[in-house]
Amino acid sequence: MPLHFQSDKPIYLQIVDTMIHEIVRGRRFPGDKLPSVREYAVEVGVNPNTMQRVYRELDARQITKTKRGQGTFVTDDEETIQQLREQLKQRYIDSFLTDMTGLGFTIEEIISSIDKEKGGTSDDSNQ
Amino acid sequence: MIQISNVSKRYSIHQVLKQCNMTIEKGKIVGLIGENGCGKTTLLKVLAGILRPNHGRIDGIHENDRSRFISYSPDNSYFYPYFTIEALMDFYQDVYEDFDRDRAESLLHFFELEKKQKIRHLSKGQAGRVKILITIARRAPLLMLDEPLAGLDPMVKQKIIKSLIQFIDLEQQTLLMTTHELMEVEPLLDDVVVMKHGTIIEQSSVESIRENDMVSLQQWLENTY
Repeated sequence: MPLHFQSDKPIYLQIVDTMIHEIVRGRRFPGDKLPSVREYAVEVGVNPNTMQRVYRELDARQITKTKRGQGTFVTDDEETIQQLREQLKQRYIDSFLTDMTGLGFTIEEIISSIDKEKGGTSDDSNQ
Repeated sequence: MIQISNVSKRYSIHQVLKQCNMTIEKGKIVGLIGENGCGKTTLLKVLAGILRPNHGRIDGIHENDRSRFISYSPDNSYFYPYFTIEALMDFYQDVYEDFDRDRAESLLHFFELEKKQKIRHLSKGQAGRVKILITIARRAPLLMLDEPLAGLDPMVKQKIIKSLIQFIDLEQQTLLMTTHELMEVEPLLDDVVVMKHGTIIEQSSVESIRENDMVSLQQWLENTY
């Protein structure tokens, strides 16, 4: 399925992010083989040169490993994947807090709302 | 790499190209953009060897006969209306050594076209796809498409863009295309070249526009123009 891209960020970085999301969500497993550069370029609808850059970047960040003549594989290093999870969590929390404090909410208000939200859902499930 | 240096072209008193300078790197997909009448088509014709420039030079095309180096699709229709698609493919196979029949057949299938259909009976969308098929089935080092997406519906546009990604061999080939469909082609292009009033005012990599200017191609063009 073709992806939709934000206009203010390089496409290759957006595809790298998509790949990280897929790994964290468990849509791609440790050790999984990725499609070839061209296959994935066709699937996503981008220039193969851009996709080549995505694969280079993923390798450089050790999220994937390219084995000569065999293809590119998701890392099977649990620690790396755990790190990706943590980074992603931190990023979403940061952006959430920036938005909320920007709207004028205090940290206390935010935390109490989250507690209420959490309490609310667990109450529902108890009934 | 193809280098265009100080190319100018005049029709009687009309100066259509003025001191054009640009570089086309091997293996890239390059978009030539700019308002109607700014000289994009004329520049392609000069590159294709159909027009002779009054001044300037073009380096990097190592053939006396440009049509051996360049597979060019003009924006008007130019196929015999009484040909079938199959006859058209046979014709191109006879004329061009680099015509890859297997690639042509795969494209035919990809575009869901019928071999036996006559050119004159094709819809606009089908005719657009046949032009792409014939042009990119060649293994020529430089492919040039003039307005390949103009006037086509969004589905056909996407199909054509996919075909360019899937069938062009960027290890061996380079693509230069003119277009106004910036939103659609943005993920396809490596580089963009901007023309205005017969000259080239800007050349940039698309990813660096996003990275440095943090805007879309469309927005960047509006700022540049």
